[in-house]
Amino acid sequence: MFGRMIRGTLLRQWKKMLMIAFTIALGASLASAMLSVMLDVEDKVNQELKTYGANITVVPKSASVLNDIYEVEGGETTGAYLREDELGKIKTIFWAFNIVDYAPFVNVKGTLEDGTDVSVVGSWFNHHMELPTGEELDAGIASLRSWWEIESGEWLDEQSNENAQIAMIGTSLAQKLGVSVGDTLHIKGSASDGDFHITGIFDAGGDEDDQIFVPLNTAQALANLDGCIDSIEVSALTTPENELAIKVAQDPSSVTVSQYELWYCTAYASSICYQIQEVITDSVASPVRQVADSEGAILEKTKLLMILITILSLIGAALGICNLVTASVMERSSEIGLMKAIGAQNGAISGLVLTEIFITAIFGGVIGFFAGFGFAQIIGQTVFNSAITLKPMVIPIVSILVVLVTLAGSIPAIRMLLRLRPAEVLHGGR
Amino acid sequence: MSLLELRNIYKIYGELHALDDVSLKVEKGEWVSIMGPSGSGKSTMMNIIGCMDKPSKGEVLLDGVDISKESSRNLTTIRRDKIGLIFQQFHLVNYLTAVENVMLAQYYHSIPDEKEALEALDRVGLADRAKHLPSQLSGGEQQRVCVARALINYPEIILADEPTGNLDEANEEIVVDLFHKLHNEGTTLIVVTHDPEVAEVAQRTLVLRSGRLAKEIVNKNFTGKIHFDEGDAFRKEEIHE
Ligand SMILES: Nc1ncnc2c1ncn2[C@@H]1O[C@H](COP(=O)(O)OP(=O)(O)OP(=O)(O)O)[C@@H](O)[C@H]1O
Ligand SMILES: [Mg+2]
Repeated sequence: MFGRMIRGTLLRQWKKMLMIAFTIALGASLASAMLSVMLDVEDKVNQELKTYGANITVVPKSASVLNDIYEVEGGETTGAYLREDELGKIKTIFWAFNIVDYAPFVNVKGTLEDGTDVSVVGSWFNHHMELPTGEELDAGIASLRSWWEIESGEWLDEQSNENAQIAMIGTSLAQKLGVSVGDTLHIKGSASDGDFHITGIFDAGGDEDDQIFVPLNTAQALANLDGCIDSIEVSALTTPENELAIKVAQDPSSVTVSQYELWYCTAYASSICYQIQEVITDSVASPVRQVADSEGAILEKTKLLMILITILSLIGAALGICNLVTASVMERSSEIGLMKAIGAQNGAISGLVLTEIFITAIFGGVIGFFAGFGFAQIIGQTVFNSAITLKPMVIPIVSILVVLVTLAGSIPAIRMLLRLRPAEVLHGGR
Repeated sequence: MSLLELRNIYKIYGELHALDDVSLKVEKGEWVSIMGPSGSGKSTMMNIIGCMDKPSKGEVLLDGVDISKESSRNLTTIRRDKIGLIFQQFHLVNYLTAVENVMLAQYYHSIPDEKEALEALDRVGLADRAKHLPSQLSGGEQQRVCVARALINYPEIILADEPTGNLDEANEEIVVDLFHKLHNEGTTLIVVTHDPEVAEVAQRTLVLRSGRLAKEIVNKNFTGKIHFDEGDAFRKEEIHE
């Protein structure tokens, strides 16, 4: 009987029910899209921001001290170096998983055949690493400097050109020297010299446009600096800094042991720096403050925006449902009055109406969920340039939200239904 | 003890006394008609007796229980168990078939029983219309479905508010005939009507005027006899269609 009645109303009021389903689908799709994106966005935003460069730099202790005293940025080689053979250890720290990319740098002086002094930088381009964990990683400036525009030629591929004398040259320097891709530059270093084949010309939009970039070991050979590096740039996924992080960074002894452990086990830029210092001998790792901060701020703002959109869309859906359900109950007021007259208690009638609405809501919710997931993919592709993975968490959250919104939207109609007195609707002939 | 007793009932809407000090008794098995001009308070009184409204003042004793102060939840239960309602506008659920409409009353009372519902339809002569929707039935047939629905749970009183108001003469006779049948079976009937012909077949006619009981006419000729025999009545109906 119950089923028969539900079917009857659903069929008879199918237009209204379709509108309710549509309203719920709309709300659910936005909610699930925003939630999918939101739960996936932390990674996405970080990946996005990662492309704007490293957020941690590591320099030798002595260089750091000198820099601090004389306030010289990227000062000349000071004689103290980090050790190349320790580079792999960065991927062994507690937060190794959050280290997405890093590259070592060594700066050497070179002289061209015509006597021009040039700055030669040795680094990784797409350095292949096999980690002790079994993981494999291609690290280097090809991804760390992803904003470089390659004007001609292509990225230096160190994997297929092992030990080859190849170089990438900045656009200003290339213009000054009048060289182009395919040309060869003879560079004389303090220890040795060699012919470098130019594979690409890049526009970095900064100082690097006047430099020559070569594979790490060839640069080291020019100055006889085997195994030495000047600095490391690390790109790490970090948690926005909070009071605790700042406090520990200023003075680790000012916090309790458990606070310290909490800090150590949270991916703050400062705790990752601390852990890098632990594995790289005589090093100072420091967060590149502006980037780390803006990363957190942007992430928080993006999340806030999404939460706001979700809430607003759900409120909208609740209001829409409220109108439709009220209209549906009003349309049926004499039928409801009759049911009361022949003995239906309020609970039975509310149950009937709610069941109808929930069947409709489930229908709309499922459609909305899939539409929302599709919508999330579009957002992912257009905004973050990657697919959004479906987090299982989204399903229960969206279900609960749909239930809450449907309930909230039905409240006025149910109240009306409870107040409805059979005598008032049945004796229309009065 | 009377089945129903109204003691000094008032129903006041602002200045308007829709019912003004009405007292009456209805015995078990009685058939009472209520007449009166429009606005005299007939429906108001029926709503109070039918547990769909409460008086402003006074007591309503149904089976010795004062229902004037019950909660609306209890009123629903009392109505469900003791009262069968018939309305002028039929009020059938239009997406349910005739038999389902009857079963609806069973559903809210106890459990739906299709066999019993079909028997009730048979009693009002609609066995062959059981699977029709209200829209596929004539007005008379719809009202007979309502009668079947009103009697399905064996109520102590059947309240009918202008049951023949929307019917032509032939259908009016069929419904009045059904009332005779119910009366003969011992059901208490209270019927509001404008139609003297419908009123005068009852044992007693009460006349309301401006919310007061103005007159009581006792039908001395009341025999309880059915005007037509059953077959006749339904044959008439068929011809009418
Ligand atoms: N809810 C209400 N609020 C205000 N006044 C009401 C209300 N219900 C009924 N009345 C008034 O009470 C009086 C009696 O109404 P009632 O419906 O009982 O008349 P009636 O005898 O059934 O009339 P009719 O023969 O036209 O059906 C009327 O004047 C009506 O306007
Ligand atoms: Mg009336």
